[in-house]
Amino acid sequence: MTPESGTPLLSVQGLTIGLRRPGGRSVAIVEDVSFDVDPGQRLGIVGESGSGKSLTLRAVAGLLPRGVEVLSGRVEFGGRDLLTMPAKGRRALMGPQIAMIFQEPMTALNPVMRVGDQIAEGPRRHLGMSAKEAGELAVSMMARTGIPDPARRAKAYPHELSGGLRQRIMIAMAVSCGPRLLLCDEPTTALDVTVQLQVLKLLEKLCDDTGASLVFVTHDLAVVNQTCSELAVMYAGHIVEAGRVKDTFRQPRHPYTRGLLESAPDFDRPERELIPIPGFPPNVADRPAGCPFAPRCGYVQDHCTEAVPPLEQVLPGRLAACYESDRLVEVLA
Amino acid sequence: MTGARVAAPTTATPMLRVSALTKSYSRGTSLLSRFGSGGPSTLKALDGVDLELRQGEILALVGESGSGKSTLAKILVGSTTATSGEVSYRGAEPTTRRDRESSRRVQMVFQDPYSSLNPRLPVGRMLAELLLLHKIVPRREVRAESIRLLNLVGLEEDVLGAYPSQFSGGQRQRLAIARAIAVRPDVLIADEPVSALDVSVQATILDLFTSLRAELGLSILFVAHNLAVVQHLSDRVAVMYLGRIVELADTAEIFARPRHPYTRALIDSIPRMRETSVNDAFELDGEPPSPYDVPAGCRFHPRCALASEICFATDPPLLQIGRQTGAPHESACLKADELATIPLPDPAQELP
Amino acid sequence: MTTAVVRASRAMRRPVRSRALKPWYRNGTLVAGLVIVGLLVLVALLAPLLTPYDPIAQDLEHALASPSGAHWLGTDKYGRDVLTRLMYGARIDLRVGFLAVLIPFVVGSVLGALAGYFGGWFDTVVMRVVDVFFAFPFYVLVIVLVFVLGAGESSIYLAIATVSWVSYAKILRGELLVAKKQDWVVAARLGGMSHGRILLRHIAPNVLSQALIYAMSDIVMDIMAIVTLGYLGLGIAPPTAEWGSMILDGQEFITTQWQQATIPGLAVVVTSLGLSFLGDGLSDLLTPERRR
Repeated sequence: MTPESGTPLLSVQGLTIGLRRPGGRSVAIVEDVSFDVDPGQRLGIVGESGSGKSLTLRAVAGLLPRGVEVLSGRVEFGGRDLLTMPAKGRRALMGPQIAMIFQEPMTALNPVMRVGDQIAEGPRRHLGMSAKEAGELAVSMMARTGIPDPARRAKAYPHELSGGLRQRIMIAMAVSCGPRLLLCDEPTTALDVTVQLQVLKLLEKLCDDTGASLVFVTHDLAVVNQTCSELAVMYAGHIVEAGRVKDTFRQPRHPYTRGLLESAPDFDRPERELIPIPGFPPNVADRPAGCPFAPRCGYVQDHCTEAVPPLEQVLPGRLAACYESDRLVEVLA
Repeated sequence: MTGARVAAPTTATPMLRVSALTKSYSRGTSLLSRFGSGGPSTLKALDGVDLELRQGEILALVGESGSGKSTLAKILVGSTTATSGEVSYRGAEPTTRRDRESSRRVQMVFQDPYSSLNPRLPVGRMLAELLLLHKIVPRREVRAESIRLLNLVGLEEDVLGAYPSQFSGGQRQRLAIARAIAVRPDVLIADEPVSALDVSVQATILDLFTSLRAELGLSILFVAHNLAVVQHLSDRVAVMYLGRIVELADTAEIFARPRHPYTRALIDSIPRMRETSVNDAFELDGEPPSPYDVPAGCRFHPRCALASEICFATDPPLLQIGRQTGAPHESACLKADELATIPLPDPAQELP
Repeated sequence: MTTAVVRASRAMRRPVRSRALKPWYRNGTLVAGLVIVGLLVLVALLAPLLTPYDPIAQDLEHALASPSGAHWLGTDKYGRDVLTRLMYGARIDLRVGFLAVLIPFVVGSVLGALAGYFGGWFDTVVMRVVDVFFAFPFYVLVIVLVFVLGAGESSIYLAIATVSWVSYAKILRGELLVAKKQDWVVAARLGGMSHGRILLRHIAPNVLSQALIYAMSDIVMDIMAIVTLGYLGLGIAPPTAEWGSMILDGQEFITTQWQQATIPGLAVVVTSLGLSFLGDGLSDLLTPERRR
């Protein structure tokens, strides 16, 4: 994220994702998204439903749903463009280099396969381990993700485990080949708050231990604050603000970021009044000309509706896509 | 539960009161399931719950999945029946059979606004049907009353002919609230009403609950897992764990001085907007135990950092503990006093 | 407080027009189905006006004539005009097809809906009976029943009704099992409504569309059954014009007068196509979520 970074591990440049309609016309859902993730860095991508945050992550993982495709842009991992790479080469990266953790582990795990075998599958295929070695690795991975009695649990099927344990299984599966990049799509949304904390701490510890980078997609600002150092806020398919989490939370420079912070209840400031953002996000099909947030924005000026504001540096280490960003200098109470 | 419970100092009759409420489910009755596992086959969703909802208050019910909070909500609206115990309404014994009048008084707002509205029923017809069925207004005033209800929830006349699919999640939740208040209930049971909504919309729905309470004098039971939302909205908080209420106090009191280690763990688990670290002493290990197999003694002891011998043997009742501060505060913990000496982490410390 | 909420809502209202539903006439499949089925019905109704010939009267002098200006599709072995018999045949086949669906649609839907909604012993009984019927192949059961009851239109209705109600019962039961768990059904109960009212006014409009869509393909199936029965000599008694018996009569001349067996076959195909389009179109129309 930071402009002065050296060689990024993951570099997304001008990524546009959309539906290609018959007749050559295409509808962009995610438009011109660019960000870098350095080795060991933790980036949180925040946005509401329909903002394109999950699609962006899925494009990086090569898991876009049928009918949705990358229309333009580059996704470079370790200097190689994943989008132009042959499918076979890309598959070889998924697991040992890049791994993904999903929101609902029940649908991401194979229901008729013992969880230990599912964890062992990756190391067997990618690291050339024998069945026995991989099985032992699976049990040690499960122990490392804090699963009690891992040797016994390895023989269980997904439906026999609780939601929290299943999420740990998926994490164990994701990190079993020692990836350099972990992609997380709302991994704690389906969990109880006490279990969420355990899972977040686990992810944090695994990244600390292995030096892996993290891209964490969520709608929960507080979870990003707990997990990530860097932040990208998405709205209607665009990154509208990016910077360090702490700085951005204290002094947002895009009205949407500010709106999100002011509308979410903050446990440490119970007296603060919640200020909702008026209006709705635009439909994908008819986004307004100019800034997509303009119809809901309290800072809107005439020129906001003429052209989409570019994502520019407004402070050292902070990018915002807002013509009126200089008026948002207040520090939030 | 036990008779040792000290009544809260309230003069008014509570809107709703439940006493010694239990609800058990048996695990399947087929031959196969009986042979399948040798484990206990009865699930105790509720295991002796006493609670009252006061007139005009917003009472939050919090707890993990499996704590029994949704079961309690279902019993209160009458969509399921308790195994034992009783529910009284304004001090009166409940009628054994649910009639139209008793169902009118307690209404519900559901979690998922996408499945809680009939997709084939236009808004106007949905409201009109209820208004006529319960004879809330004469037929010629139905339209005016419908518009009044829509205005109350922040919608306008022009949505009367629209179908649910034409609305966003937040608007659907407004419609669901309009439907609930159409029959002029006294009590609203809201089961996680904002957890399916986007953050920027949540605030408008929370404000709506506050304004309805003020305008219509509704008593609201708010079932939730998001403690930041609970803290913002509710007057009192009841914390549930494995089918019991383990702590009950005013919102400010319970969050400032939690006196049950489970409440404390819940608070310490909340992802914070300011701090980076939380108090590790109260991070819970493991998962909530299965309600098929409730631990002996204090049901929380396997996950409790303060548990000692006495906790393994004694099942503590919910007792008044707030005498020294004067604030009503009930906790079902033998170590409530010891817990009071462990300070909460101070969020201000983290600020530069 | 209220005024603040209301003011917010003015700014917040999503323009309803942008999510408006597509009108039915913009649905190509539905329109195609309506046109095909409409034309067929029209031809069947107006058959006496469209052709100067009698579909039954024999004219052995002109038997097996090739297509000509007088007989566009030629004549059969009794000298009857094939086009005329085709048009009159539509009357029988369409009528039996539509009518044969009515009774099983009503009986099956009601039984399935009650079984799904209330469950319990009633559900068990209904579903065991359904299983018994499902265990037999459709045609075997229909042919046996018609054989026992004797050929003729009323036997066909009875045989098809006996066999095909089970499909509607299964569909409606499945729909009800899903629907009754929906929060809006729970909400209707909490609104103090009776089970009957909830079933008829709330659930029925949501679940009947599936049965209706199935009914369209069921009509096709029934027409095929009549044609098959006609072909086996168990259907409508000759000399009444009917597509199945026309195929049967025409097949012995397939090498010299191919159109005699082929054209009625094509008529069956076109009818099936029209009804399938209609079913597809209806399913879009009756599912508001899919009409945007």
